[in-house]
Amino acid sequence: MDRPLRLISANPVDRLARVVEALLVVASQPLSVEDLAVAANDDTERIETALRLLGERYSEGRSGIVLEQVAGGWAFRASREAAEACATLFERPVERGLSGAAMETLAIVAYFGPCTRPDVARIRGVAADSVVAGLVERGLIAESGRDAEAAGAIRYKTTPLFERVFGLESLAALPRLDDLGGEADEIRERLEAVAEKRPA
Amino acid sequence: MIVRELELDLDAFEGPFDLLLTLVLREELELAEVDIAEIVLAFCSRLEERGRLDLDACGEFLVLVAALLELKARGLFPEEALELSELEPEEAAEELARRLADYRRMKEAAAWLSERLEGASERFFRLGPAPLAPRVERQLAPQDPERLGAALRLLATEPPSLSLGHMALRFPPVSQFLERFRAVLGRRSRFDFESEVAGLSRVEAAVAFLAMLELRKAGEVSLEQASSFAPIRVLGTRAATAKEGVESQWIARSA
Repeated sequence: MDRPLRLISANPVDRLARVVEALLVVASQPLSVEDLAVAANDDTERIETALRLLGERYSEGRSGIVLEQVAGGWAFRASREAAEACATLFERPVERGLSGAAMETLAIVAYFGPCTRPDVARIRGVAADSVVAGLVERGLIAESGRDAEAAGAIRYKTTPLFERVFGLESLAALPRLDDLGGEADEIRERLEAVAEKRPA
Repeated sequence: MIVRELELDLDAFEGPFDLLLTLVLREELELAEVDIAEIVLAFCSRLEERGRLDLDACGEFLVLVAALLELKARGLFPEEALELSELEPEEAAEELARRLADYRRMKEAAAWLSERLEGASERFFRLGPAPLAPRVERQLAPQDPERLGAALRLLATEPPSLSLGHMALRFPPVSQFLERFRAVLGRRSRFDFESEVAGLSRVEAAVAFLAMLELRKAGEVSLEQASSFAPIRVLGTRAATAKEGVESQWIARSA
């Protein structure tokens, strides 16, 4: 008789892994360890063990389905080797044709959010209305209350879909602000250098 | 080189520079939507094509673009312009450098995101609305059929009928008062309006007033009032008798 598959065993963690696997198949968005623990009626530590077990099985090169930690939870996606086949049948409408202005606006909302359209306009130097509306329509940013100081302007923040589309575990996975260029002192020096060259 | 004829192809506008200026000044084009750096680039590449430095054109262009920039800055920061104008030059330079630094950081963050997206182009996953959570069943306390019956009985009784009296204001015809006033004027040459309408309802008094105005319009009476809210005195005129004669003739003919 063949040996049973590794997951089909009487080991209690294997049983839990099957439940977690089932929950992730049904879900259309990442599930957090806490969500999984509540649904499976088990503790978070054991859920993490089950996720590790599933991660080994559902990994690139071993399976057409890959388990990944993304957007504050766990989710299945297609393996990279199946990407070409997937692309013939499925669209990626959320990220298709994102303009440079949209990327800058996304970056501002991701780093400074929740922030208002005037906040975005202040940094980019152009009105942000249509770009913000486009990002809301794509589901990459969403309303997040109103700014009491700025005459009740709507504030925006990035959505879990943003993290998922960009493959981020969370917003903490963005590069640190200090690591990005734009030292105020350096720019100041450049401005002064330009000013000095000006004939008096 | 004529700056005004500089052809532009921007996101927000396509056409010659002077048309852009016209539209901005007429407020038909939102300056906030216009990328001024693009205009500068277009001008520079035009200069390069020509291969020689046209100082007149450069000067004119600088003046126009500086004005556009100022307009745009004022439009973007209507309140801040005030705050900034109160800053010392030193502080203003610092503020400007800070904003430029913020923008440069965000440009780099955007580049990082674009790179990330390119790397994620092979990531396919299922997208959909959140699945519905199971419906929570509401538990009702045990119910007594008698109480339900009592509640229904309460609903089944006919409600008291509402009085619509206030909706049916009855207006007596103006003609009634016309006749009445004419009859009075037949007996006397003058009368006080107030004493004639004494005892009538508010609506009737209003209609009587209209009748009095009608008589005045037809020239049958003239009106006198010593001051505001003083009694109105109605005086019959000779025309009244004449008109009455004409009217009775007309009635006789049509009959």
